[in-house]
Amino acid sequence: MTDRSDYTCDVLIVGAGPAGIAAAVSASDAGASVVVVDDNASPGGQIWRGSAPEEGLGTKTPAGSKKALNWFERFSASARIFLGNTRVISSLGTGLVLAEGPAGASRLRYGRLVLATGARERFLPFPGWTLPNVLGAGGLQALVKSGLPIEGKRIVIAGSGPLLMAVASALQRKGAEVCGVFEQSPVSQLVPFALALSTQMNVATEAVGYVRDVGLRRYHTGWWPVSARGDQTLSSVELTNGKRKLEIECDYLACSFHLVANTEAAALLGCAVEDGRVVADEFQRTSVEGIYSAGEVAGIAGLSAALVEGQIAGLAAANVSERARPLLARRNQLRRSARRMDKAFALRKELRSIAKEETIVCRCEDVRWHDLKECSSTRGAKIYTRCGMGPCQGRICGAALQFLCGWEPESVRPPLYPAQLSTLLTAAANLKENL
Amino acid sequence: MCEPIEINVNGREILVQPGTKLAVALVLHGIPCRTSVRGEARTALCGMGICFECTVTVDGRRLRSCQIDCAPGMQVETDD
Repeated sequence: MTDRSDYTCDVLIVGAGPAGIAAAVSASDAGASVVVVDDNASPGGQIWRGSAPEEGLGTKTPAGSKKALNWFERFSASARIFLGNTRVISSLGTGLVLAEGPAGASRLRYGRLVLATGARERFLPFPGWTLPNVLGAGGLQALVKSGLPIEGKRIVIAGSGPLLMAVASALQRKGAEVCGVFEQSPVSQLVPFALALSTQMNVATEAVGYVRDVGLRRYHTGWWPVSARGDQTLSSVELTNGKRKLEIECDYLACSFHLVANTEAAALLGCAVEDGRVVADEFQRTSVEGIYSAGEVAGIAGLSAALVEGQIAGLAAANVSERARPLLARRNQLRRSARRMDKAFALRKELRSIAKEETIVCRCEDVRWHDLKECSSTRGAKIYTRCGMGPCQGRICGAALQFLCGWEPESVRPPLYPAQLSTLLTAAANLKENL
Repeated sequence: MCEPIEINVNGREILVQPGTKLAVALVLHGIPCRTSVRGEARTALCGMGICFECTVTVDGRRLRSCQIDCAPGMQVETDD
């Protein structure tokens, strides 16, 4: 293959969200040559989507925008190569991965690797969740940041996690009519988290801002969605608190149940993954020599943790881990509060029964809940029903089935994403060269 | 507001603002992206390249519409 562009660097960073950006800046400042790849066209990840200064559509996030712009500036000024719309497809051996971008395949050779692949939303199946205009909470926000006008639209936000209020506030500011935010967690489970939060000035200020925007009367705890209704497209949502039911007419349902780490690349590279997160020590070292992780991929912990861990990982990967020592206390503190967050937004058992017999669980292959009744593992479900074998490779249904049935994810195999044949041929050609 | 750009979806011209993601243009015009195995209309779910529900054919290639910007003259085909 002659048309591929290959790169060699000291530090390869997968993911250009806050953790990846911080890692790139730190590693580059320490003198390492750095290549950053991201599936999106621009850096910023999900939380800073559309806030990169070079983008025309700059919708600067109200809170923390100064922080974002500061990091973007440092990222732009650093001597790094950024490859947008580029995905890691597979490993080609120690220190070498295959990636695919707009120009086709490229081989990326690295000394150290930082995994900053972030997180995705967890979706749970319930009747109607496959209707058009039912999206993830972050999903709807991503579309709004990418140009979707939302003014005057009626939006129900449901599911779980701190993202719900953040999205509600952002959409409200854009002129949407937020009909209500429905958090499945009971208030008793949220209080300890809220109290601990109040001691962290910046996070507390942010949370108070959200509540001010949305109004506490519209934040309902202990409520969850049971069905989305509509002919062809969404028209209403039914919710319950276990005792009463409520139906709300709306244009969009923004619904997700907190976040799950994107651990696929880490698993493919052989890094230990436990409880859905990449195992890392305080210097962000994974179980594989030379591979580091930073941010949500090592457990959902939020923006501040992503930035701190990104810096630690970047410094450690650039061989100057001693310089990261002053950051460790902050890192450990943020990880402790992340554990409190996990408890606060733990899913209630009633959510295991919102899927009905006919409800589609695997959207790629249209596998229904009752089709899975006879199965007892992810593997069995794959073999007998094709569940998890579509283009998303179980990224959506896998997290749901883990909660619904306790099934562990299958081992990850390449290609990590659907790839072009020419990309796969590059992998084959590489193999041949090394024979 | 900038000068809108024109893209072609299933043979129909659509005007969008520059910088708009293709998935956004499709949601805005109520055009489903793909037809599922059992014949359901599907549109963007995750908005961030994970779920593949917004996959469409763009200039002959299967792409996730949430990951690409609309470009003038883009030829888009959805399932139907």
